[in-house]
Amino acid sequence: MDRFRMIFQYFQSNSESVMNGICGLLALASVKMYTSFDFSCPCLPQYNMAYGLGIMFIPPIVLFLCGLILNRQSLVMLEEWRRPPGHRKKDPAVIRYMCSSIMQRAMVAPVVWIVVTLLDGKCLICAFSGSVDPEKFAGFANVSTAQVQQLLAKVPCKDEDELMRNNTSRKAVSRYLRCWSQALGWSILLILIIAAFLARWLRPCFNQATLLQARHWSNYIDIEQKIFEETCCEHSRLFAHKCILHFFESMKQEIKLHSFSLPREGERAEGEEDFLQGITDQDQVNKLLKTWYHEKPPLDVSQAHQR
Amino acid sequence: MDKFRMIFQFFQSNQESFMNGICGIMALASTQMYSAFDFNCPCLPHYNLAYGLGILLVPPFILFLLGFVLNNNISMLAEEWRRPQGQRGKDPAVLRYMFCSMAQRAMIAPAVWVSVTLLDGKCITCAFCTSVPVETLGNASHPHLSQGEIQQVLARIPCKDIYNGQQLIANEVAVRYLRCISQALGWCFVLLMTTLAFLVRSLRPCFSQAAFLKSRYWSHYIDIERKLFDETCAEHARSFAKVCIQQFFEGMSTDLVAARCHLPRKTPADAGEAAEKLLGITDQGTMNMALKSWHRCKPPLHLHPPVLPAGNGWAGEGKPLKHPSASQRETAAYYSWV
Repeated sequence: MDRFRMIFQYFQSNSESVMNGICGLLALASVKMYTSFDFSCPCLPQYNMAYGLGIMFIPPIVLFLCGLILNRQSLVMLEEWRRPPGHRKKDPAVIRYMCSSIMQRAMVAPVVWIVVTLLDGKCLICAFSGSVDPEKFAGFANVSTAQVQQLLAKVPCKDEDELMRNNTSRKAVSRYLRCWSQALGWSILLILIIAAFLARWLRPCFNQATLLQARHWSNYIDIEQKIFEETCCEHSRLFAHKCILHFFESMKQEIKLHSFSLPREGERAEGEEDFLQGITDQDQVNKLLKTWYHEKPPLDVSQAHQR
Repeated sequence: MDKFRMIFQFFQSNQESFMNGICGIMALASTQMYSAFDFNCPCLPHYNLAYGLGILLVPPFILFLLGFVLNNNISMLAEEWRRPQGQRGKDPAVLRYMFCSMAQRAMIAPAVWVSVTLLDGKCITCAFCTSVPVETLGNASHPHLSQGEIQQVLARIPCKDIYNGQQLIANEVAVRYLRCISQALGWCFVLLMTTLAFLVRSLRPCFSQAAFLKSRYWSHYIDIERKLFDETCAEHARSFAKVCIQQFFEGMSTDLVAARCHLPRKTPADAGEAAEKLLGITDQGTMNMALKSWHRCKPPLHLHPPVLPAGNGWAGEGKPLKHPSASQRETAAYYSWV
């Protein structure tokens, strides 16, 4: 149990690793979304391009925004950016560092979606089947211009009719487009990996000291925010505690004033007496509960402090 | 128990991740509900639209209301809204904050249902199959069918096994067309919702951050205060019950002694705690009478003070009131889930 707790505390304390975890989860969710999405190309001349490119680009935008929303640090950064300076100056390097780290993490899931889409090939086949040059493919070379667009648009759909199903030209167009799509996908992946590699390796050559400072202060702002929220919670708990005790005491005083039979302090166990706080009757309890609803005590425990 | 409590405290302490977890679970539940639901298009001209749109819109409404019902804080909001002012003023900003945060959380499962429904495509295919543009997609030059008959044929598009309009318009073409429209709508809806969520979340620090911090603090306070009050009342009830029952047993014992004219047997001095706990009831008959009396004639909810004063009879001011929670038990960490 102690180990479990230590692991949890480790993840909680290192907010960077929490964010990396969320980023990884979002990337996995992106792959899962793609595989469970039922891609179905309309196979109509004008609709193909819109559908194909839409499926390729709209989900990445959604995933990017989700990456920004789910990242707690984006709120912290915005607050730091918009706050009045007050007694504490604002450091633009810190804000820039936070912004770039948030953007980098948010970009992972969209890139994964685009790469998976390209490597799979269905989107590009759907979008660009109407744009291939029909002269290159034997089956489409002798068809009239009006018809060729219709036929090319039907290439992504396998179950159209007997004519198209086993058509070698259809398969040729499919293969051609898929080849382009996969080449594009792998190239993008290669370029991004090289860029990430270079960025990580060359970064210490430039401004390492500034980077360390920016990272330290961005961590600090994050931790300070968390601790402030926890302190507020703790404070409101204590405030509520005092307020309620004060309320019970004032009810007890009121009951003592109004009732003629003074309850005598007696042999009862000490603990029970304290818990009961002089309220020992069904009517008294009802009155207490009614007063709690109808007249909540003021938010002022300074009198309780002074007692 | 300790393990459970530590896990619970971990989730409670990071309230944002806890609430996100709850929203994620509800979203998954909504997806699961959709996949478990057996969609069954009626394939009749006027029923299709009603069925399709009904499945698209009624479950989200139910999920939205369920999101409110299952949220414990709704009663807190209602109580704060309706209570008389008394000595404590009401802050409308706090009420607005509580309502907004609850509404945002309740909107997630319905949004997921609508997205999944649109992306799947069955509902829109069922609802709008009679509006497919036959002129562009099929052979409009099918001469022998009247408008009503065309509608009937088109209505059967979702049901492949009884579809008989292959010459009018191919089933696959129509289904693909409708599904394409449905998925486009679905992704646009998802994009819209995500953009709204992003704007709501990111514009807040730019305006009214101080007011937001204030509302958040006081709404947490109200939540914690209510929980602490409930706990204090529960403790009070426990003590009340304990004393009431003790007095009942003592009363029984006294009554029985008086009725039977038994001399109270002096318990030996060293009998100790066990004898005290017997509360003067030491045989089967007496115990049975006590149990019967407890059922037939419960004691009034009124704790009378004990008969004899203690010590030297000084009935002055009692002991100063001690905070019950100071040393007796550990305090639980309360964190608000608003």
